[in-house]
Amino acid sequence: MQTPQHTRYDGVAILLHWLVALIIIGNFALGLYMHELKLTPWKLQLYSWHKWAGVTVFLLAALRILWRLTHRPPALPDTMPEWQKAVAHGGHHLLYMLMFAVPVTGWLMSSALGVQTVYFGLLPIPDLLGKNKELGEALKVVHEFCNFGMAAIVFGHAAAALKHHYKDHDGILSRMAPWVR
Amino acid sequence: MKILVTLALGLAALPSLAAEYAGFLPGKSQVDFVSTQMNVPVNGRFGKFDGQIRFDPAKPAEGQARLEVVLASIETGLDEANAEVAGADWFDVAKHPKAIFESTAVESLGNQMFRIQGKLTIRGTTQPVTTEARFTEQGGAGIFAGSFKMNRKDFGVGQGIWGDTSVVANEVEIRYQLAAPAH
Ligand code: HEM
Repeated sequence: MQTPQHTRYDGVAILLHWLVALIIIGNFALGLYMHELKLTPWKLQLYSWHKWAGVTVFLLAALRILWRLTHRPPALPDTMPEWQKAVAHGGHHLLYMLMFAVPVTGWLMSSALGVQTVYFGLLPIPDLLGKNKELGEALKVVHEFCNFGMAAIVFGHAAAALKHHYKDHDGILSRMAPWVR
Repeated sequence: MKILVTLALGLAALPSLAAEYAGFLPGKSQVDFVSTQMNVPVNGRFGKFDGQIRFDPAKPAEGQARLEVVLASIETGLDEANAEVAGADWFDVAKHPKAIFESTAVESLGNQMFRIQGKLTIRGTTQPVTTEARFTEQGGAGIFAGSFKMNRKDFGVGQGIWGDTSVVANEVEIRYQLAAPAH
């Protein structure tokens, strides 16, 4: 029998996974919603919150990467075909990249549109780009593209987790969600 | 003879000393603003304005300046915000297309600094404003550069839901550079 560390992710990895997942899904929905609103103080308020949540995702993702590099996850079971393992690893790599790409493109877009990001209204994040409307509009498209790419991969990722749980019964979901039997 | 030479030299030097500036150079002028949204400064500018300056650095008290800013030319950085601030809750450009500044007094503070007092009219409301500007002469132009702070609500700019200043602050800083050709 394997030790628990080898059959499931450790507590920190699990906490970070679900915390980041929650904020990302919520902030994605918030982004879609606020985008449709007409300009009101409420909308500006939401934009600030959206940006703060994005900065939080960036920081937590950095923490996750550090933790991941120093804490190996359990190996995927040998019942999984090689191609599935490759797809899982590739998908996870893409998700890690997008966890950075999404907030970074949002931050750059915001700088180019001339609205600095000030974390919780207190900590100004330096503007890497000067004000430039065309660049800002272009970065908006990149930010949206990264977001829809991420949404598609997260959808596939969650569908795979459910397939492992309900069809394969190989305990993959419980490795990240130990409360699920 | 010596006196004559001195006089001639003095006269030759005079035009540059007593340069007077009159008219307006929109291409060398700029009207920017900084508003604050939830603690975050947001820069913008007005693209269209016209003015009239008459100024002789040797006689500042006689100086005069008038500036008319076309409010619909505002560039906030976001099209949606440009449209919003042109609307009835903000500048109401349909009824009040221009903001007008007219100086009432100019005094020298020394060191090329001048205090300019005047009246600012936005949305039909006129309020006194005071600003300090640095005057420089470059390439045949006289340029005033300075700034002042104003409260948008004193002019009824940002009404209704925008009257709450916790998201968009009341205070707005105006930064300007206004140039006139040498006469
Ligand atoms: C309801 C949504 C989600 C479910 C059900 C879910 C489920 C899982 C499960 C079961 C694993 C473990 C895979 C394994 O054992 O190898 C996992 C890993 C992972 N998840 Fe999710 N997840 C969800 C949302 C997200 C989101 C939104 C992100 C971030 C964009 C994300 C990023 C990752 C990453 C990067 C890994 C790989 C961890 C590693 O081994 O380094 N997940 N997820």
